[in-house]
Amino acid sequence: MRMARRLLAVVACGILNLSIAPFAAAQGVVGAPQPWEMGMQRSFSPIKDRIIDLHDLVLAIITVITLFVAALLIWVVYRYNAQRNPTPSRTSHNTILEISWTVIPVLILVVIAIPSFRLIYYQDRTPDPDMTIKVTGHQWYWEYSYPDHGNIDIESRYVGDDDLKPGQLRLLDVDNQLVIPVNKKIRILTTSEDVIHSFFIPSFGVQRYAIPGRTIETWLEANQIGTFYGECNQICGQNHSQMPISVRAVSEADFKTWVDQAKKAASVTQLPKLASQ
Amino acid sequence: MDATTAVDHHEHGHHPTFVQRWLFSTNHKDIGTLYLIFAVIGGTVGGTLSEIMRAQLNFPNNHLVNSGQEWNTIITTHGLLMIFFSVMPALIGGFGNWFIPLMIGAPDMAFPRLNNISFWLLPPAFVLICTGLLMGESGSGWTLYPPLSNSTYEPGMGMDCTLFALHLAGLSSLLGSMNFIVTIFNMRAPGMTLHKMPLFIWSELVTAFLLLLAVPVLAGAITMLICDRNFGTSFFDPAGGGDPVLFQHLFWFFGHPEVYIMILPGFGIISHVISTFSRKPIFGYLGMVYAMVAIGVVGFVVWAHHMFISGIDVDTRAYFMAATLIIAVPTGIKVFSWIATMWGGSVELKTPMLWAIGFLFVFTVGGVTGVVCANAGIDQVIHNTYYVVAHFHYVLSLGAVFSIFAGFYYWIGKMSGHQYPEYWGKVHFWMTFIGVNLTFFPQHFLGLSGMPRRYPDYPAAFAGWNFVSSLGAYLSGAAFLVFLYVCYRTFTSKEHVADNYWGEGATTLEWTQTSPPAFHTYLELPRIS
Repeated sequence: MRMARRLLAVVACGILNLSIAPFAAAQGVVGAPQPWEMGMQRSFSPIKDRIIDLHDLVLAIITVITLFVAALLIWVVYRYNAQRNPTPSRTSHNTILEISWTVIPVLILVVIAIPSFRLIYYQDRTPDPDMTIKVTGHQWYWEYSYPDHGNIDIESRYVGDDDLKPGQLRLLDVDNQLVIPVNKKIRILTTSEDVIHSFFIPSFGVQRYAIPGRTIETWLEANQIGTFYGECNQICGQNHSQMPISVRAVSEADFKTWVDQAKKAASVTQLPKLASQ
Repeated sequence: MDATTAVDHHEHGHHPTFVQRWLFSTNHKDIGTLYLIFAVIGGTVGGTLSEIMRAQLNFPNNHLVNSGQEWNTIITTHGLLMIFFSVMPALIGGFGNWFIPLMIGAPDMAFPRLNNISFWLLPPAFVLICTGLLMGESGSGWTLYPPLSNSTYEPGMGMDCTLFALHLAGLSSLLGSMNFIVTIFNMRAPGMTLHKMPLFIWSELVTAFLLLLAVPVLAGAITMLICDRNFGTSFFDPAGGGDPVLFQHLFWFFGHPEVYIMILPGFGIISHVISTFSRKPIFGYLGMVYAMVAIGVVGFVVWAHHMFISGIDVDTRAYFMAATLIIAVPTGIKVFSWIATMWGGSVELKTPMLWAIGFLFVFTVGGVTGVVCANAGIDQVIHNTYYVVAHFHYVLSLGAVFSIFAGFYYWIGKMSGHQYPEYWGKVHFWMTFIGVNLTFFPQHFLGLSGMPRRYPDYPAAFAGWNFVSSLGAYLSGAAFLVFLYVCYRTFTSKEHVADNYWGEGATTLEWTQTSPPAFHTYLELPRIS
């Protein structure tokens, strides 16, 4: 009985997304996949909140439909078994039934479609971004540029198994994180230098391909301070699984400090690049 | 096989040698048999690759597959083999060739020699695709997106082999579909109007039209890709003014109808199986027919739902989302009509019926998760994740394959003259049903949790459900061995079955013929009243 209750709790947590992400002391929350997770990753952005709302609605509808079909199947196999019902009926039409199983699904789809349209227009782009970050995919690392902050340019590579420090997540942690201020609308521009990659951060509910020759716009916003993980999500060659994304959302003051440091570091290490500007 | 030894007694003076009969065959039944054997071979190789993949994904940081490139080649080949060299040859070439003439009362296909070349284009294509696999040079995924598939990132000849294999397989399907359309339109027995045609024939007709319209678009796309790779053009290269997204449009304009091409003939088979084992005529015949036609038509205008995050405009996304959701309506009509066919019937749970009921369940699961994927807003977090993998395996690896097995158990007595062992057929069904659900249901969780597809290695958090999924794959693999045993038992059986061994529920024309049917059937055309 206790086992059953625990199992039910696990299932409920998974489905309803109540799983509590581990809190790391100073760095804030962590947005990462959890072991045995059954639902979506916890939301840390207004976009993901709405995705989860819509998904909960759709999931409830499809679960009811699937159980309904399964129940009908079990019922017909039981009730109209050859032993129980040796003489079959010859009914092959029922206009009312046929119209209703056409119209009712249409109505259900309308119920799903209305919030769904609202969601895609909300997700698309933001009218008043606070800042812009350009994301460039490479085989096999990410490059982040901050055009609004003196063109800081950082390259972000995964941490190899030999360099993993305790507490770091294998195939998720990187050497240089993408640093963003919390509670700011950030315009993301994705592009690629070689093949197609996909910039995907589940806990923000954001994903766009990075395609060479194109610049694609979308936006994101972190609503808590913390670390959030994503992965390249479009096959991009042999190290496709080794170019994760790690985002650190910090307070506005911390972000300013980081920008200054990054600029200073750039002026020391990348003099030739500055000279050419 | 003994099919003909029995038959040749009737055919005075007609004794083809082995080479004449199997290599130069123009007989629809023999060509159908060749297609079915080919599908089993293709499915065995493709299935072996899936077992390798699941073994690699059994644990994180596993090193069964040495490099990412090897891995990518395996996933590419698995996808292409299962689609072009297993499901399509079984459902279209195999059952289509065998039963279109038998069910419409025609002596053979309209163009028997065209039929022969349609089949014989496939083995060279299969060799080419295996060459790409063995050279380890076709690591682009089955979707072949450039730039990854162009000569800068995939320089080897193996990739060209794979592309050329698709050309051959596409040509084979194209010739086959023309043959099907002409046969179905012109060679029906007197009295068999379009609205009296068995549903399986309708399903093959719609499928043939989808092939006829979709495959040339694929051929165009891969021709451009081959030119980009070898002849210095830049259709898909932004450096030369080309556009990688153009390829995605062309590919999915083919690729989306392709998924209906794989499932529609299955719809036809399931209709006959359910009607036969409920001893009732199919419920809502016209609704079933026009639902298939509607799926075929709408299937052509939904392709960009595969590209929701490729940067297409938000209004375009809105349109493709709406169009995609609409497909759920005719699909729902079909599922409910099948259940209504069973309602009030006299249901006998023979092996083919188990597969058909299993089909209804897994197809419903795959269908409703399709509604989730169709929502562009939700797709933003499940695109390219295991959720999508679970969704399309539920409709194809489970749906289409269940319908193939339903067709196999339904018709194997007709085709071979020997009945399958009922007990082992049921063992095969239950092992497969449990195995595939164990494999693919947990993949929904992995996808929602954000696990990307086409990863040979993954973060530790995904280990749990991947482990369960791999266990399911091993069980499904064992089930396939049971299937081979069923085949062995069937073909070595000494028992011969009657013309209509399913009894009064089986009403279509093939049941008026002997089991196996004579080498040449319908020397006198049947009349349909």
